Amino acid sequence: MLTIRGATVLGAAVLALATASAFGENVRQEIKKYQRMTAENSPVELWVLQGEDLWRQKRGPNHVSLERCDLGMGPGVTKGAYAHLPRYFKDTDRVQDLESRLVTCMTTLQGFSEKEATKRVFGNADKPSDMEYLAAYVASRSRGVRMQVSTKNPKEKASYELGRALFHYRAGSWDFSCASCHGTPGKRIRMQALPVLSSKAGARGTYTTWPGYRVSNSQLKTMQWRINDCFRQQRFPEPNYGSDATVALTMYMAVNANGAIYRGPGTKR
Amino acid sequence: MARPMKIRARLVGDYTDIRVLMAHPMETGQRKVKGKVVPAHFIENVTIKVNGKTVIDGQTSQAVSRNPVFAFRVKGGAKGDKVEIGWVDNEGETNSIESAVA
Repeated sequence: MLTIRGATVLGAAVLALATASAFGENVRQEIKKYQRMTAENSPVELWVLQGEDLWRQKRGPNHVSLERCDLGMGPGVTKGAYAHLPRYFKDTDRVQDLESRLVTCMTTLQGFSEKEATKRVFGNADKPSDMEYLAAYVASRSRGVRMQVSTKNPKEKASYELGRALFHYRAGSWDFSCASCHGTPGKRIRMQALPVLSSKAGARGTYTTWPGYRVSNSQLKTMQWRINDCFRQQRFPEPNYGSDATVALTMYMAVNANGAIYRGPGTKR
Repeated sequence: MARPMKIRARLVGDYTDIRVLMAHPMETGQRKVKGKVVPAHFIENVTIKVNGKTVIDGQTSQAVSRNPVFAFRVKGGAKGDKVEIGWVDNEGETNSIESAVA
């Protein structure tokens, strides 16, 4: 009698589990389908077009374009640059990501002050920022290029190590770290699955689609914004734009994504 | 550069697949910012011409999203056909783009 009852209960439990996972699988498939559909002809292309225009525009007190900006592949080379960033730059003697490097070009080439160049880096749906346009354009020039971020330089290595430490550093009023959400598989916020960014697979899938156009609020978001907002969500103090800490976190994710083909700028929920 | 557009026209079997992206705020006139209504501003009319002949002349409304993407299928067509797409919004602003069927 006992055994029979046990078997029945077990049977019901197995059935319930099977249904739950089938449902989860179905939802994942549907989300994938939705993502595929939104990625086709994504409005991100409009940011790329505007960004290219901005890149070639003569701006700032010096009235020059960014066409001589050195993103690490030589002055003016944008092709594949994003797939090799962040990297160490001799002239500034620090590791820089795309956005902090663009600030450098805006100050050294175009003659903006750093304050002017970073005055409005995060835009909104009504008025996107120049940085968002430029980031979309430069990133688009690495489409189809394999991610190859170096850690050969001691400063690059140090940045990666700092990024890893920061990723796991628990702090703030909620005792959170990046790893709290992005360190174990199967986590999600509402319907948004959270990638494990400390793993190769997770970083590859995610990093290669940023910056991204958010369908839900019609905005293009950059990696600096993503990290800034993760800090806010963790109830951390706001990090400085393009600071060593944010670059280090970008470095950590980019190196983890090495070997994958860059396919951004992507389209997000 | 004012409101960019992007077009792609491909011949797929016996029809031409036309896809177009338009940058536009598509304000519904319902939204408020700091208590003030944002005036309606949306694309009212989209026309598509193939080799100068109008094949689609459609009205659109506030229901269409910001930065819309449209896809159309036009019967027939051949590689090299000139496709021209234009829009007019409720403030009289216009834009157009053209491309050849690939």
